[in-house]
Amino acid sequence: MPKQIHTISILGAGKLGITIAQLALKAGYRVYIAGSGSEDKIRLSVSILAPGAVPTTTEHAAQMGDIVILALPLGKYRTIPSRKLKEKLVIDAMNYWWEVDGNADALKNPQTSTSEIVQQYLPDARVVKAISHMGYHHLRDEAQAAGAQNRKALAIAGNHRSDVEQVSEFIDRLGFDPLPIGELHNGRQLEPGHAAFGANLSKDSLASLLL
Amino acid sequence: MAHTRAIPSKKILFGIDSFGDIPKDDTEKLMTHAAAIRQVIDEAVLADKLGIDVIALGEHHRSDFAISSPETVLAGIATLTKNIKLASGVTVLSSDDPVRVFERFSTVDALSNGRAQIILGRGSFTESFPLFGYELTDYEVLFEEKLELMAEVLKEKPVTWSGTVRPSLANIDIFPKTESGHIHTSIGVGGSPQSVVRTAKYGFPLMLAIIGGSPDRFIPYVQLYEEAAKQFGTSAKEVGVHSPGFIADSDKEASDTAWPAYKLYHDRIGRTRGWPKVTREQFDREIQHGSLYIGSPETVAKKIARTITLLDVSRFDMVYGFGPLPSKSRLKMIELYGKEVIPLVRKLVDEATKKTT
Ligand SMILES: NC(=O)c1ccc[n+]([C@@H]2O[C@H](COP(=O)([O-])OP(=O)(O)OC[C@H]3O[C@@H](n4cnc5c(N)ncnc54)[C@H](OP(=O)(O)O)[C@@H]3O)[C@@H](O)[C@H]2O)c1
Repeated sequence: MPKQIHTISILGAGKLGITIAQLALKAGYRVYIAGSGSEDKIRLSVSILAPGAVPTTTEHAAQMGDIVILALPLGKYRTIPSRKLKEKLVIDAMNYWWEVDGNADALKNPQTSTSEIVQQYLPDARVVKAISHMGYHHLRDEAQAAGAQNRKALAIAGNHRSDVEQVSEFIDRLGFDPLPIGELHNGRQLEPGHAAFGANLSKDSLASLLL
Repeated sequence: MAHTRAIPSKKILFGIDSFGDIPKDDTEKLMTHAAAIRQVIDEAVLADKLGIDVIALGEHHRSDFAISSPETVLAGIATLTKNIKLASGVTVLSSDDPVRVFERFSTVDALSNGRAQIILGRGSFTESFPLFGYELTDYEVLFEEKLELMAEVLKEKPVTWSGTVRPSLANIDIFPKTESGHIHTSIGVGGSPQSVVRTAKYGFPLMLAIIGGSPDRFIPYVQLYEEAAKQFGTSAKEVGVHSPGFIADSDKEASDTAWPAYKLYHDRIGRTRGWPKVTREQFDREIQHGSLYIGSPETVAKKIARTITLLDVSRFDMVYGFGPLPSKSRLKMIELYGKEVIPLVRKLVDEATKKTT
């Protein structure tokens, strides 16, 4: 039996992190969220933008979450508290964005997806790529209950079926149709410059781009 | 609902913002950069005649925009206009020098009898970083330190400052001084909560750049700005919104004229950022539900009035002229904005305020 998911931790309290916190709270999860510094730095913004989420440090958040979501700049991935993520289910929502991350050749390698690089850095975690291809404003505006007409989809790439299933259920509860697209390597297709980047589409339309 | 300020409609300021996009001339040819700059001057003069409150010019360093030095263009506008306020939108502070920013704007302030304004920000592009020798990854420290110095310089008293991103200043006075003793300076912010908090920390007015998605998500940002000001013991100032738009006689004419230009503009930027090409359906959806203020004067006025009352803001700036629009349509748009849209927005805002009080 895989672990029941009750608690979501989000590393990164910016545009994407706050939006995911809002959606997860609405779906009934307990939410921890951390920025780059102490919880005091984000306490006020979290209390107003995502009331109910608990501001904390990355270390503590990483420890608390049943799912830990990476929503920080990809260029900072080496600051992720890897030892706290042993055996954890981790959603990598990060993209290589040269305007923020600078010109980082390692992250531009066309052979590997950036999520595989993250997985290498977190060898004991179970990394799944998801919630990365849709702009944060669309995430906020488009979340809808299951079965709603025009519901939008989020693609998921991961190496283990049970992880992908758990992330699928989470995404469904956030308000989107989950669309598994195979192994972590396939996350490449969701990255900037690839077909599904920016996609704000129904499951069928997204599938026709990806599968 | 947290909003209780209910700004009277006559106090609301309306602006037009340009990045100096290159328009098409009457023969459908793209103008030169120089002609595109002169077009902006003509537009500013027209806007001034129509009583539009502000023109804001963005700073870019790329071929699709003619304005890299907004203050110089504002100086040109200054001597030809009477009332319109002359703003940047935005000045990319991280790759600039606060002392020089002040010197240039206080000069525009002199030329315009006190009409200069500064909007500081990160800007939506980053090409100024490599151009002037800055590292993108130093963004945070550059902005934070330079903002701190800018806040000092704006006091127009001798400045003492030290930091890591520029040489220190020990009791140095900077000239020319303005006659009013202050240049109106705000900070332009996208969706980053920390930037909202930082704006409140320094007590600067806030300009929200809402360039996609529904404006509704910014409601709590206004609240965050006010709460943060309380915690820092500063005072919350005006809040404004900046969003793109285009106006023509009918909805259809507006969207059909804007679409090809928008598509070129969007896809060109998308190529550098890895976005897919934009579809007409997305464009129409953004007009319907998002942050493109495109349509007839009535359609656009309704949309602006909704945003103003929803967020309770006191300024709305329309970014106009994106992509290669015909120069004539741009002038026509400004005329419709000044003559029809603004009066109608004021009326609609008054009606909405009456209903809720
Ligand atoms: N924006 C979108 O629409 C979107 C959509 C999909 C995916 N993404 C991806 O999501 C990530 C975040 O993007 P964003 O737009 O939300 O950026 P953002 O608004 O700049 O926020 C970044 C957040 O990450 C925090 N952070 C920075 N370094 C950190 C560290 N070492 N440990 C923990 N937190 C750290 C920042 O905190 P401080 O303020 O304390 O530095 C800030 O809260 C990026 O990888 C991006 O590619 C973004």
